[in-house]
Amino acid sequence: MRLFSVLALLFALSGPAFAVDPSERLADPALEARARQISEELRCLVCQNQSIDASDAQLAKDLRVIVRERITAGDSDDQVRDFLVDRYGEFVLLRPRAHGVGLLLWVLPLALLLVAGGGLFIAFRRRTASPEAERLSPEEEAALKALSREDDGRANI
Amino acid sequence: MIVEFGHFALILALAVAVAQSILPIVGFFRRDPALMAVAPKASLMQLLLVAIAFSALTYAYLVSDFSLVNVVENSHSEKPLIFKISGVWGNHEGSMLLWVLILALFGAAVAVFGGNLPQTLKANVLAVQGWISTAFLAFILTTSNPFHRLAEPAMEGNDLNPVLQDVGLAIHPPLLYLGYVGFSIAFAFAIAALIEGRIDAAWARWVRPWVLAAWIFLTAGIAMGSYWAYYELGWGGFWFWDPVENASLMPWLVGTALLHSAVVMEKREALKVWTILLAILAFSLSLLGTFLVRSGVLTSVHAFATDPTRGVFILAILCLFIGGGFAMFAVRAGTLRQGGLFAPLSREGALVLNNVFLTVAAGVVLFGTLVPLIVSAFGGAISVGAPYFNTVFGPLFGATLLVVPFGPLLAWKRGNLLGALERLWAVFAFAALIGLGIAWLNGATHLLAAVGLGGAVWVLVGAFAELWSRARFRQVGLAVGFRRLAGLPRSAFGTALAHAGLGVTLLGIVSTSAFQSEAILEMKPGDTATVGGYSVTFDGVRNGAGPNYTEQVVSMTVRQGGTVQFIVEPTRRFYTTRQMPTTEAGIRTHGLSQFYVTLGGEGRQTGSLVVRMWDKPLVTLIWLGALAMMAGGALSLTDRRLRVGAPKPARQVAPVIVAD
Repeated sequence: MRLFSVLALLFALSGPAFAVDPSERLADPALEARARQISEELRCLVCQNQSIDASDAQLAKDLRVIVRERITAGDSDDQVRDFLVDRYGEFVLLRPRAHGVGLLLWVLPLALLLVAGGGLFIAFRRRTASPEAERLSPEEEAALKALSREDDGRANI
Repeated sequence: MIVEFGHFALILALAVAVAQSILPIVGFFRRDPALMAVAPKASLMQLLLVAIAFSALTYAYLVSDFSLVNVVENSHSEKPLIFKISGVWGNHEGSMLLWVLILALFGAAVAVFGGNLPQTLKANVLAVQGWISTAFLAFILTTSNPFHRLAEPAMEGNDLNPVLQDVGLAIHPPLLYLGYVGFSIAFAFAIAALIEGRIDAAWARWVRPWVLAAWIFLTAGIAMGSYWAYYELGWGGFWFWDPVENASLMPWLVGTALLHSAVVMEKREALKVWTILLAILAFSLSLLGTFLVRSGVLTSVHAFATDPTRGVFILAILCLFIGGGFAMFAVRAGTLRQGGLFAPLSREGALVLNNVFLTVAAGVVLFGTLVPLIVSAFGGAISVGAPYFNTVFGPLFGATLLVVPFGPLLAWKRGNLLGALERLWAVFAFAALIGLGIAWLNGATHLLAAVGLGGAVWVLVGAFAELWSRARFRQVGLAVGFRRLAGLPRSAFGTALAHAGLGVTLLGIVSTSAFQSEAILEMKPGDTATVGGYSVTFDGVRNGAGPNYTEQVVSMTVRQGGTVQFIVEPTRRFYTTRQMPTTEAGIRTHGLSQFYVTLGGEGRQTGSLVVRMWDKPLVTLIWLGALAMMAGGALSLTDRRLRVGAPKPARQVAPVIVAD
């Protein structure tokens, strides 16, 4: 089933490179941790659904280096992302931003839950509002009364 | 000759499928038992014919018949036997043939085991199966025929993609397809019920075992695929939110919902319309999964547009069955009589809540998977990746898991939440204690992990609360309690086991994500590195060769506190035919955790290699939990009530004459 993604992924490989090469890493562990976190949410543009942190492609390596350069230059996380979005478009973000279609993506789960919840509420209201199935016919009521009277009588003996 | 025989059998199968699609339905409307009786015979004949076709293709692979395009493209004479066999479905054409074979298998199973089905229902169900068969057989024969010959046979094949030459991948597609196609039975039953305009508890009782079986296979397929990706792709991850993975997760989510709503239908005759809708939805998503993976639309929308024959054909099948299914639902669902009433707070209510969460989760995955395709079809570009899904799906599914222990403790019709809480407070206290303990040990940095682990324990232990309370150990003592426990139906144990499996998987996911230690570095022989309390020594490199590859095996000794724990051997392979390098992760299991090492390229110093190592605490629980879910499902399947199937008319009991 994964055939196609695997194939695409393999085409994207450029030689036996490796995700996150030790040579790329920053000396400062705090900065490196930030770089890793940002890289995990950036797409390797030539790969099939892989972050630049996990990808072996040359482009991913270039992007990893860029991210680290920007961080060393003193950029904030958002500034690094903006820099890459300016260059490569929204496509580079694996976590879509909340505007345009992206907004739809972020609002949808809540909207779906609300719709489902509202639907359920209405369904239950309608059922309890029309309890024909539960209400007894006059004959049944009478029979029930007779029965309970019988019971009472027996209990008194 | 054998190949032509198989090809001919496949064409015949299409003819039989057409007959199976039409005659039983005509028989149903004309009230003609002879026409309706065609259905079971046709489905058995179809299984025979498709099996012949499949065997013929397998034979061509076994003898490396390089006059077949399909064999040339995907096989090699020196490939190990098992991969010659798995190569049959390791490609588009062959995997579609496997799809149809499994479909025929399920159809024949209904014909054989459905002895107590009413004749009209059986005829309609098999006719609907026939529609699906017809569509897919026509698809194979017109666009994806595996039996095409070459005018000039090749001398040697191109070999199977090395990444696919793996035992895990040999069994992954069949399992997944058993799941996907298994839902076709539920779909067929749903459409048959809509045609007849009649549905009752007996219907649910017939459908449930099929749904359960399909669900078990799908669970197995997904878990297998996840473990394969974990050890074969060498990134150490177990779930990537790849569209291909999402394609299998969506039917699983809806299938799980269907499984639960079918219980309500069987026990209480409620949720009829909803169950039918879920049955249609589960199979629709299975078809969508097939479409996403098989049409090539995922790789590139544009590639799909330039060579659209296959894609458009599958899209047409998709529209026909999904559109047709929903259209029939819209027209006929009104004729189904509503069943039993229930209060919002009841077992039914809890199952409705489960259904809502699961379908919303499936909707989120569906939307997230399709949006990039839709946007790119309109010339834009957007990515929806793991960070999005983790953020959105995590809380949604987490909330679902938290209410799992309550469900089985609530009574049908009108439940007592306070009573359920009373029986669960001990579990809650225990889980909270675990969570607090972990938070205390790790400080504020792992707060989310503490909550996650507490939640996992809650689900895991809470799963057994129903058994505990039904045994009434505290009231009746140990001996009687165990006797009561033994008397419980197997499905109660199945439920507990499957629910506990969810907790186990969650435990594995949280502990691996939060507490794994990682090291990425360059090493050369003689070097020692530390990762997560282990010291790892690079002992040396050894060259070797397999049947169709050469390899470099690195040997590493892993020590803890100076004593040798184990040897781990990550490997780099080079497949000669395809000129393709792969890395085989070196994985050692210790307890429930795993030590995982992969190799990268050469380092900057001569003779050094880039090495990536992880210690992954409790990682095996992710898949052991899936095994528990499957075992729970299997246990439920052996429950007498499901085995016996639908109620047969009770034998007349002779009146007992009491002598006075």
